Amino acid sequence: MADAKVIPFDDDRSRGGAVQRPPRRRSAGSRRGSEPAAVREVQPLPGRTILQDDVAVKHEEPAPSPERQGGGWDQRIAGGLAFLRRRLTGDYEVDDFGYDQELTDQVLMSLLRPVYEKYFRVEVKGIENIPSEGGALIVANHSGTLPLDGLMMQVAVHDNHPDDRHLRLLAADLVFMLPVVNELARKAGHTLACAQDAERLLERGELVGVMPEGFKGIGKPFGERYKLQRFGRGGFVSTALRQGAPIIPCSIVGAEEIYPMIGNAKTLARLLGFPYFPITPTFPWLGPLGAVPLPTKWTIQFGEPILTDGYPPEAAEDPMLMFNLTDQVREQIQHTLYKLLVQRRSVFF
Amino acid sequence: MLVTGVARQLGGRFVRRIQRDPEVDRVVAVDAVTPEHHLGGADFVRADIRQPTIARLLAEHSVDTVVHMDVTGTPLGSGSRASVKETNVIGTMQLLGALQKSPAVKRLVVKSSTNVYGSAPRDPAVFTETTPPKSLPSGGFAKDTVEVEGYVRGFARRRPDVAVCVLRFANILGPNADSPLASYFSLPVLPTVLGYDPRLQFVHEDDVIEVLRLASHDPRRGTLNSGTFNVSGDGVLLLSQCARRLGRPTVPVLMPAVTWLGSALRTLGMTDFSPEQLRLLTHGRVVATHQMRETLGYQPKYTTSETFADFARSRGPGLLPPEALAGAVDRIAALPPLRGGNLPTQSAN
Repeated sequence: MADAKVIPFDDDRSRGGAVQRPPRRRSAGSRRGSEPAAVREVQPLPGRTILQDDVAVKHEEPAPSPERQGGGWDQRIAGGLAFLRRRLTGDYEVDDFGYDQELTDQVLMSLLRPVYEKYFRVEVKGIENIPSEGGALIVANHSGTLPLDGLMMQVAVHDNHPDDRHLRLLAADLVFMLPVVNELARKAGHTLACAQDAERLLERGELVGVMPEGFKGIGKPFGERYKLQRFGRGGFVSTALRQGAPIIPCSIVGAEEIYPMIGNAKTLARLLGFPYFPITPTFPWLGPLGAVPLPTKWTIQFGEPILTDGYPPEAAEDPMLMFNLTDQVREQIQHTLYKLLVQRRSVFF
Repeated sequence: MLVTGVARQLGGRFVRRIQRDPEVDRVVAVDAVTPEHHLGGADFVRADIRQPTIARLLAEHSVDTVVHMDVTGTPLGSGSRASVKETNVIGTMQLLGALQKSPAVKRLVVKSSTNVYGSAPRDPAVFTETTPPKSLPSGGFAKDTVEVEGYVRGFARRRPDVAVCVLRFANILGPNADSPLASYFSLPVLPTVLGYDPRLQFVHEDDVIEVLRLASHDPRRGTLNSGTFNVSGDGVLLLSQCARRLGRPTVPVLMPAVTWLGSALRTLGMTDFSPEQLRLLTHGRVVATHQMRETLGYQPKYTTSETFADFARSRGPGLLPPEALAGAVDRIAALPPLRGGNLPTQSAN
C-alpha cells in the first residue's frame, strides 16, 4: 500500500498539476490504460484491495484526503460506485445454476480471502496441473466438520490460476435446504452433487470440484484424520468418463485439525436433521466462541491429471474400470496426503 | 382446427393469429364462457369440455388438429379452485375420450407447464424433459398438469397415428399476462422467503403463440414436432434481480410466516399464493431448452431478461425505480469530496 501512495503522488508533482489535476482526475478511469509506466506499476496492488474498499464506499465514507491519494482512490471509488449501481438496478447476469460471477469475484471472494491468506495461510502447489481451458474434475479429500476446505479450494483456484478459472463445487443436498446458505452457495457457483449437474457443467467446459467422501469424510472423528473414507459409489468417475474430462486429484492438509471432533451427539443431530453434530474440545462448551476454527497451516496440492479421454464411450458402463479408476484417484490422494504430512513442520506453522 | 380455452387472453390471441396461416381452413374456438375479446373469423362454440358434447363437435366439423389450451391455474372471473381442477382434469379426460373415437384427428397439441417438475432443494439445477422430479407436486395446478400429461401419454399410446405434442411452458409473462406470477410482480411490495433467492425463467407471450403455431402445423423439414418440449426464454433471473429491475422493494418473510401471509393475501384477493407458487418462489426452477431448439427447431425471440423487461415496461414504475437509484448513485459519484474538489459534474458512467 505504501508504494501505491507514493508513486502517483510523485507523478502528480512532477507534472506540477494544480491546473492539470482536475481534468486528469475526472477521466482517471478512462485514461488509466494509456498512462505511463509509473502509474501502471501501481496497478497490480490495488487490484485486490478494490474489493475491500467498495464496502467503504457503500457506507459513503469519504476517502481519507483524496487530494493526496492520486488517481488510485478515484478509480476505486468510481469502480465501487459502478458496481453498486449495477447491483441496485439488477443489471447483472447469473447463469443457469444461479452463479453470480460478479458478486463472487467482488464480494464473496474478498470476504474469504483474509481467512485464506491470514488465518489458514494456505500454500498452493501444482496449480499448473489444472488445465487452462476445457472441463476438468477436481477430486479432493473432505474434512473439518464444516466444509471450509471446499471454500478454500475455490479461493486457491480463483487467486492462483493464471487463466482466471472458476471452480464450481458440487455440494450436498443439505446445503440447498438451509436458508441463506443455499442462496449464497448458488451465487458462489455451487450446485447439487448429482450426475446431471456435474455433467452439464463439464459439458460447458467448467472446472468442477467434488469431494466424493461426502459426510463420511467431513464428519469423521479426529482419531481417523487423513484416512480417506470410501469414495461414494464412484459416480464422479463415470461422469468424467462420459465427458472425457481429466480427473485432477487434490490433497488438502490442515483442514482436519480445524475442529478436532472428539464426539458426535447423534441424538441431537437426528433431532436437528443434520448428518452429525460435532463435539470438539471447545464446541459447544464455549458457545459461539467454540465455533472458531483453530488457526492451522494449510497446504493444497493439485496432483497430476488422470486422463479419461482415451477410453471408449461404453467405458462409463464398465463397473470394473470404474472401481479401478476410483481406487487410482483415491490412492494418489492418500499418497500425497502422507507425503505432505511428512513434510509438515507443525500443525500450526 | 379446434382450440379450447379461448376465453383467456392467450387462447384468444392464438385463435386470431392461427387464422392467418394458409394451412388453416377453419378454426373452431371452444370455451365454457363467452370471451370478451373478439376471435377474428373463428367460429365460437360455447361448450363445456367437461360434457360429452365435445365429441359431437369434433365429428360435426371433422376436426383434424386440436390445440388444448384449457389447462390453467386460475379460474376465469369467478370460479373456485375445484371447478378449475375439474376443467383441467375431467375436461382433458373427456376431450381425449372424444378424440380417441374421432378418426379424422391427426394432431394434438397440449399446453402444459414446467410446473410438472415441481421444485425442491434436492432437484438437479436444470430440468430436462426426461428428469424425474424428486418430489411430485402434491396439489393444485401442478398436480393437475401432472395428471393431464399422464392422460395425454395414455392417449398417445392408444392412438399412435396421432402426432401428440406436449409443450411445457415456463412462467408466461408479457404485457398482457394474467398469470398468478404476473399478479405477484404487480404487488407494490414483494414478499419473499427469507434466505432463499430462487432462479426464475420466463417465456414471452409472443413466443408462446409462435411455438403453439409451430406445433399445430406439419413439422418443417429436419424438425419433429411431436413429443414433449420445454419452452422457455434463454437465461435466468433471480427473484432479487427481478425485484430490483421492477423497482419494487422486497420484504423477506420467515418460512413459517410465509404460508400464513400467503393465505391472508389470497383471502384479500390480492394474488394467488398457492402452495406450488410458494415453492417456486422458494426454490425456483430452471429447464433445459435444447430439445426445443434442436428437435422442434424454434429459437425464442425473447430471452428471459428481455421478457421481463417487456413485462416491467407494461407495469409502470415501482416504489424504487431503478433509474432513480442509478441517478442517486451517480449523484454520490458527483459529490465534491469524491470528485477531488471539482465542480460537481455527471460522472462518466
